[in-house]
Amino acid sequence: MAGTFMPEQGTQIAKQIDSLYGFLIVVSFISCAILIGGMIYFALKYKRKSAHDKTAYITHDTRLEILWSVIPLIIFLVVFAWGWAIFHNMRTMPKNALEIQVTGKQWAWTAEYKNGIKSTEIVVPVNKDVKIILASEDVLHSFYVPSFRIKQDAVPGRYTAVWFNAEKLGEFYVFCTELCGTLHSAMITKLRVVSQEDFDKWLIEESEVGLLPLAQRGAKYFQTRACASCHNVDNAAAKIGPSLFQRWGKSAAQENGATVVFDENHVRESILLPQALIAAGFPKPSPMPSFQGQLSESELSAIIAYIKDLD
Amino acid sequence: MGQHVTGHVSGKNYINEEPGLLSWFTTLDHKRIAILYFVSVMTFFLIGGIMAILLRLELFAPNTTPNVGQILKNGDVYNQVLTYHGAIMVFMVIIPGIPAILGNFFLPLQLGAKDVAFPRLNLLSWYVFMTGAALAIGTFFSTKIDTGWTFYTPYSIRTGGAVVMMVMAAFIMGMSSILTGLNFIVTVHKLRAPGMSMFRIPLFVWAIYSTAILQVLATPILAITLLLLAMERVFGIGIFDPKLGGDPVLFQHFFWFYSHPAVYIMILPAMGVVSEIITTHAKKTIFGYTAIAFSSIGIALVSFFVWGHHMFVSGQSELAGIVFSFITMLVGVPTAIKMFNWLATLYKGSIQFTAPMLYALGFLFLFAIGGVTGIILAVTAIDVHFHDTYFVVAHFHYVMVGGTLMAIMGGFFHWFPKMFGKMYNELGAQLSWVFIFIGFNVTFFPQFILGAKGMPRRYFDYIPEYEQLNKISTVGSWLITTGFLIGLFTMIQALRNGAKAPDNPWGSKTLEWQTSSPPIMHNFDHEPIVTAGPYEYK
Repeated sequence: MAGTFMPEQGTQIAKQIDSLYGFLIVVSFISCAILIGGMIYFALKYKRKSAHDKTAYITHDTRLEILWSVIPLIIFLVVFAWGWAIFHNMRTMPKNALEIQVTGKQWAWTAEYKNGIKSTEIVVPVNKDVKIILASEDVLHSFYVPSFRIKQDAVPGRYTAVWFNAEKLGEFYVFCTELCGTLHSAMITKLRVVSQEDFDKWLIEESEVGLLPLAQRGAKYFQTRACASCHNVDNAAAKIGPSLFQRWGKSAAQENGATVVFDENHVRESILLPQALIAAGFPKPSPMPSFQGQLSESELSAIIAYIKDLD
Repeated sequence: MGQHVTGHVSGKNYINEEPGLLSWFTTLDHKRIAILYFVSVMTFFLIGGIMAILLRLELFAPNTTPNVGQILKNGDVYNQVLTYHGAIMVFMVIIPGIPAILGNFFLPLQLGAKDVAFPRLNLLSWYVFMTGAALAIGTFFSTKIDTGWTFYTPYSIRTGGAVVMMVMAAFIMGMSSILTGLNFIVTVHKLRAPGMSMFRIPLFVWAIYSTAILQVLATPILAITLLLLAMERVFGIGIFDPKLGGDPVLFQHFFWFYSHPAVYIMILPAMGVVSEIITTHAKKTIFGYTAIAFSSIGIALVSFFVWGHHMFVSGQSELAGIVFSFITMLVGVPTAIKMFNWLATLYKGSIQFTAPMLYALGFLFLFAIGGVTGIILAVTAIDVHFHDTYFVVAHFHYVMVGGTLMAIMGGFFHWFPKMFGKMYNELGAQLSWVFIFIGFNVTFFPQFILGAKGMPRRYFDYIPEYEQLNKISTVGSWLITTGFLIGLFTMIQALRNGAKAPDNPWGSKTLEWQTSSPPIMHNFDHEPIVTAGPYEYK
């Protein structure tokens, strides 16, 4: 029952934590029922009847006092020990785990794999121990995967680590949970759990991306960054955002009355700061997320090269 | 309590004894200084409250929603607003709130003393506090800061804004806190009326006394930490920034070594207020006087050794996490004892549903929830998931607002007749309670669920699945605002047109009610002689 408010359980540890949490919720509920229920009951039962009410003169009751000191203490110690057991498991790094170096930077996460690939999305194989080694390039960040119930600060000047073994295929959110500046709340990435085969395939594909021509790399990023879900690249009617088909080099009216040429710098600005200029006839504020800090210079150039070729 | 001391009949009291506005700024009278704090802290509360409303408005909908999605200009502005909300509420409202206003006014009265031990130092404390507060507000008009009230390094070293000025402000306000604490400790030891043994002092005094110990012992650590931070920013001395060879986690240790005890600086006085209200408005002797008094001291001492529970995922060792989790569990015990004692005090009482009593019962209700969620967060493995999510935000608002602010409001209405010699409108006060109590739960309960679902705190924007609960929470903030405005209006109305208050409208046994309302300049016509405990309702 208590688990219903928790995110999807992506790991064994998540299940263990939810059991303990469920127990805590039940005990908390009972404790509150006693305290609050008792309070309401007494308040109504002993409501003042007249200004001359006689009240009982009870100063203390040793037996009762020992009881309500010892019982909470026992409960506290039980949940402490139970929590310790799970915590110990969370903090004991498995041997032979797949190691991924994840670096936090204002305001993006970058994962680096042993074969040299860098990715802003974290892809891991299912049912395998994965150890994330965290570092930070600037200020504190915190690596949080709600579905795995794991969180660890990325501290500049030292390494920290966290591990998990994902049981479910799918995409999970990774949030930053340590205030790190302007785009703290946008420092979100996806953790994608795939089968071992897909993972191996992904590793090879990713390592070959660097060898592709610029525009083809751009086409790939255009898909993986979900640009295509809002922008058409053929002559169909515009979706949520303007169509990019045959747009290069032309002037276009903007929502604020200005006219802007669709060139490298305009596209760059539109990707990094979508609110800066909004094409006439499209919603304001723009529903497009900012990609500031989420794309490297070479990724950005590749996307622009791809858009340039759309004719 | 003991010998009855009659009020003054000449019509002179501390309010009208000395004329002119200037006399207030040069006064050495503890009651007048309390009023100075009252006006200043309430002003800061208003400012901090406006910040809170802005934050909730921003979070009403995700930023991509047209019109209502994005209220604030950008993430920087949001971070600034949350920083000022936190810093003002912590350093300028909740920490000074009860000790400096109600403590200043009633600690000497409840002890049967003429004033605090060092009246000049007391006035100095207010001026020091106001200097710090002016600096803090000043940063708002120079360059705003966006570090959060916790000033975590290295962000606080590298970000723009008047961090040094703000840190100096907190340093100076800390100084004021130390001076006030020192004053209270000496007053409790040296100025008790004849016959008032340590175990005859009211529990409010015990609470303020325990708080004072914390203020004197813990605040210097904050002062030194903030000074180091300022030195690092100004002179580039590498203490916390790894680029200069420092350690950012060290800052967190220093910061929480003060700020965890500070949590108890915020809640212990509230517990004292609740003990006074419950006994008086239930006409019942307190259950377990000694247990409550010693649990205050116990909480104060143990609270020095739990700071690491703020740092389970900071990179501190597993062993440290376990030790801090264990000690935190131990703090839970005296807190539970207090809750049960208040419950037992209601048993067979004569409970009157006055506004102060409603606020005290509201405190018990909300503090119970704040307490159990505190235990949940103290469990290491669970905290890993909840740390820095809305679950934590909900938890500490249940303790700080549901606990401390409910007690402040209850205390104001309880002592209002004594402080100003006027009765307030009971209906208005109760209506304010209804709005605050309901609004509070509507605002903060959904935040527990948001946290469980994984929504991180200090987020300018959020993913669409968090929208519904955020909407409810924002609507709740409007109810709370309405409640506080009704409360404010009720107090202003009472000051202007309230009926004259009798000396002891609640039939209380503690000493402050045995003198006139409002009290005369030196509190009592002649020194009271105490022959019994403070809660002898027979």
